Amino acid sequence: MATRDSGLADIGTAAARVRGLTRAFDGRAVLDGVDLDIAPGEFVAMLGVSGTGKSTLLRALAGLDREVTGELTVPGTVAVAFQEPRLLPWRRVLANVGLGLRAQDPAAAARRALDEVGLTDRAGAWPLTLSGGEAQRAALARALVREPSLLLLDEPFSALDALTRIAMHRLVLRLWESHRPAVLLVTHDVDEALILADRVLVLASGRIVFSGPVDLPRPRDRDNPGLTELRHRLLTELGVNTEGQ
Amino acid sequence: MPEAADAGLATLQEGRDEAAGLTSVAIDGPYTGPKPAAAARRRRHRGWYRLISPVAVVALWQLLSSAGLIPADKLPPPTTVWHTAVSLVTSNSPAYGTLQHAMLVSLERMAVGFTVGGSIAVLLALVAGLSRLGENAVDPLLQIVRMLPLFGLIPVFIVWFGIGELPKIILIALGAAIPLYLNTFAGIRGVDAKLAEVGRVQRLTRAETIRHIVLPGALPQALTGLRQSLGVAWLALVVAEQVNANAGLGFMISQATQFLRNDVILVALAVYAVLGLITDALVRLLERRALAWRRGILG
Repeated sequence: MATRDSGLADIGTAAARVRGLTRAFDGRAVLDGVDLDIAPGEFVAMLGVSGTGKSTLLRALAGLDREVTGELTVPGTVAVAFQEPRLLPWRRVLANVGLGLRAQDPAAAARRALDEVGLTDRAGAWPLTLSGGEAQRAALARALVREPSLLLLDEPFSALDALTRIAMHRLVLRLWESHRPAVLLVTHDVDEALILADRVLVLASGRIVFSGPVDLPRPRDRDNPGLTELRHRLLTELGVNTEGQ
Repeated sequence: MPEAADAGLATLQEGRDEAAGLTSVAIDGPYTGPKPAAAARRRRHRGWYRLISPVAVVALWQLLSSAGLIPADKLPPPTTVWHTAVSLVTSNSPAYGTLQHAMLVSLERMAVGFTVGGSIAVLLALVAGLSRLGENAVDPLLQIVRMLPLFGLIPVFIVWFGIGELPKIILIALGAAIPLYLNTFAGIRGVDAKLAEVGRVQRLTRAETIRHIVLPGALPQALTGLRQSLGVAWLALVVAEQVNANAGLGFMISQATQFLRNDVILVALAVYAVLGLITDALVRLLERRALAWRRGILG
């Protein structure tokens, strides 16, 4: 049973609007009539077990999948940070951040974005010399420098070690607070979703089966008792048995 | 690339030696630690170490010749070859001309043939690599040409183009074009699809995608193709020059064959080898410059 997403009344100003989105691979429907609205500036996290079509939905929103059917409206600029940083190894970090930038002074804008993610001193470095966290920060800078109205994050922290991931969570929140793009974060980490998002979705069997707000001020601690009930609910939706814990 | 493999093996070996040395230091006395400066110096000088075995072979050759174990009319000793080389440079003999003139003629053939063949190859690889239509038009033809035996074409070329410079240039160009085309085409098609997606997400134009993603991504393999091309082109030059040439290193060799002057043949062959080594070194230098971004992984 699909839960109709209760995001936003005024669809004219939505950062993204999806209706009846369907995508099949070899006759198997990975997305089966997804409805979703994301409000401007809203931070949405999407959970789902592997193979439920989280990345497929994100790729559709990014315009990377042209074989989806249904309605898909993304009025503004879209930027994506992938699971791997995907920096061009043959361009230095600064040139990677400024890739395809149509600003007045692309180099200056790219430099400012690198300042924001704390990579000023690596501007002239080759991407292959960066650590995993640095490379992912450069990828975030490349996404943000375009001042997107919708920022798509496809499990961008999953390959990082635990300490780097915590630092990245803080960085993403700080950047989101200063730029206010709408964010769709795809993740399989329930705690990550609870710490970061305004609203958490669960995707299962090709549909959004759960959508609920996280009404706690940031920064949030993962031990915050206010998150316990929602965490339990999300884990249940994801098919994880939490009885007896 | 066998050189690279050799170098890697040498590094491994050296590392093991150092490790062994360390163990004995730890047992015999106070631990003084590795000496990085010495290791760096040894690495710097490794190029010279590689000269030892070739020099030893030449010395052995000289020794066996002097001892009369190698007949001089079959294989003249290195000293004779050297004296022949000097006299070919300093005097203009009626049979051979001068060595430097022959070398210049050969170099010019090589340069013209290689430039023509290389340019056409890169152009065709771009056409085939960047569009399906281009691939369907160009690739089948080049796959056919690739399978033709290059030197089997010589008689046909003589019929078509005579015995002047043209058939020689075409043979070299054809030899150079095939490996460069194949590698550049494969390099373009092998560009990481994930990086191509980045281009789409960043809304790059087609021209920008080609400039920032496709061409730099194809470059490593194209440069490998360039080195193979040079090898084939030198080979084609040697063969082409022995067909009715009236100047150049190949002409010098065919003259010397008639006069049974093995020393002259050896000099000409050595010049071919040196020229080949020089062009290969130039491409490797180009590789180091153009692929500087790889140093992060290659060390």
